[in-house]
Amino acid sequence: MPLLPDPVARLVDAALVGELTVVAEDGRPITYPLVPVLDGDRIVMTSSALDSRKLGHIKSNPRVCLSVTDPATSAGRTKRATIQGDGRVIEDDLHSGWERLLPEIGRKDPSIPALLKARVGFPLIFERALIELTPRRTLYWADGRTDSAPVASTTQAAR
Amino acid sequence: MSATEDLAKLAVFPQAVLAWVGEDGYPVNVVVAAEVRVEEGIVRFAAPTGLAIPTGAGVAVTGSHIRLGPQGGFDERSHVTAWGAASAESHGRLAVRVTRTWAWDERDLPLPAAYERDVPKARRYFEALSAERGRRVRPRLSTGWLLFRATRAPFLSATFAPVLLGLAVAVRAGFFDPATALITVVAASVVHFGLNVANDVFDTMQGADDANTTPTKFSGGSRVLQNGLISMRGMSLLALGCYLLAGALGLALFAMRGSAALVVISAAGLFISLAYTMPPLKLVYRGLGEIATAIGFGPVMLLGAYAVQTRGSLSWEAFVASIPVALLVMLILYVNEIPDRTGDAKAGKRTLPVRWSQAAVIRGWDVAAAAAFVAVGGGVAVGLLPVPTLIVLLAVPLARRVHGGLVLFYDNPYALMASMGTNIQLHMAVGVLLVAGYLVAIAAQSALGIRPFLW
Repeated sequence: MPLLPDPVARLVDAALVGELTVVAEDGRPITYPLVPVLDGDRIVMTSSALDSRKLGHIKSNPRVCLSVTDPATSAGRTKRATIQGDGRVIEDDLHSGWERLLPEIGRKDPSIPALLKARVGFPLIFERALIELTPRRTLYWADGRTDSAPVASTTQAAR
Repeated sequence: MSATEDLAKLAVFPQAVLAWVGEDGYPVNVVVAAEVRVEEGIVRFAAPTGLAIPTGAGVAVTGSHIRLGPQGGFDERSHVTAWGAASAESHGRLAVRVTRTWAWDERDLPLPAAYERDVPKARRYFEALSAERGRRVRPRLSTGWLLFRATRAPFLSATFAPVLLGLAVAVRAGFFDPATALITVVAASVVHFGLNVANDVFDTMQGADDANTTPTKFSGGSRVLQNGLISMRGMSLLALGCYLLAGALGLALFAMRGSAALVVISAAGLFISLAYTMPPLKLVYRGLGEIATAIGFGPVMLLGAYAVQTRGSLSWEAFVASIPVALLVMLILYVNEIPDRTGDAKAGKRTLPVRWSQAAVIRGWDVAAAAAFVAVGGGVAVGLLPVPTLIVLLAVPLARRVHGGLVLFYDNPYALMASMGTNIQLHMAVGVLLVAGYLVAIAAQSALGIRPFLW
């Protein structure tokens, strides 16, 4: 049984940008725009070594959430979803481990794989950790209106 | 940027994402229609239905924007977050009194500047990861690209111009040996690589490259040490390897075409190359870097290449031919030092742009660039240089473009980059045109069987 309800998975699959919120050591929520990629039952994102603070936050507190909210960056879809779950930072191969996501990222924005040409000029941008999100609970607004109550689902991982 | 300015930016985002930490410890985020009261420092919005937002606890309101191109690609990335405690108001609305903000807009801070700002953070990340793993974890580039970047290979034109011109002057004088010509080109290139790598080592040891917060692709060194791509030991060994290889090639040239002139010229080249940044002389730190570069990449390289071919005889023609390339290579360094001047001053590197005012620096550039063209004209006028070398005048428009860029963008490192590139093109163009002028003269001489008047 998939961890994500089908409409939520389709929305994540279409989104170029999602908003990942992590919890800082001082308890503050911090939100980062990232490219979400479906990877089986999980959602995977990448973070450059230059912006590694979020990785430390996730390692200290793996509870995170990801939302897809902006029709402009989700192929015009007006639906909205929030996925809460557990984040895991994967740093085994910062240089090329994340490159397996390039075909999926390239499907969302064909220009991104070509950015690899800039690696010699900006090498640290391309040293990237993976953030793997295992969904536990989803909130879904089929009409995109968050002033109405969402459809909440708990995933198998949370049970 | 102040919190008020950040809130003013947040106010123009079409939507905002509210984030808070729920009772179960998981964060929640959801889009809201935020009303930002910039002067009051308050963000108001209707509470999302069906979700319990804790009042009195910290929440975050984030706006982010990216402009997508019709065929893919993006720009205009910006991101603002405001933090504060949420409090309930009437009609199911909430208010957040903002106590802290963070913002980034790539229109205010372009990618190269944002990159450099975050490099120290990335270095701390790799250090922490190394400590966690119990082994050194480094960012990587492929060996080829690492060498390309560490040696600053694109600057090799500074070597090719004087060496090829020296060979051309020798050919016109009736001397040419292809094997030693090739070895000369390779040896001079390897010395140049060694100089570049050693320069990074010594500039990093003396803090100049670390103090430079606005490097560009033309200035601020290769940054391979700052990016953690190679260790100081690795970089030092690379410099040593370059000098050892250059030394071996130099010995081969001595064995094949040795002369007292070549010994003196090679010693001068080696001295300048090492003394450029190496203590105790550190010529570039004393305002002598520009003149050292002019001598090293002008007369030393050109007369060295010439002397190899002629087995040690020198000529005024070769010396005069070296003047324009010497002046223009000096101007490459001179312009590239302009964006570095703040970091250089902090590190005690007293380059001319550190010492002089903006007006004086631009005037200095104008005088030296004009002198480069006058040297060619004068050389032709007194019969030392062949008439076809006057073709270098075709490069004058490039010089005018560099001057214009210096006037307009002196204080903007990233806007100045285009002029820095044109300045390098100017040196290359003059080098290529001088060689071309010589080839025309040599061809005419060969076709007519005599050396025509002034040719």
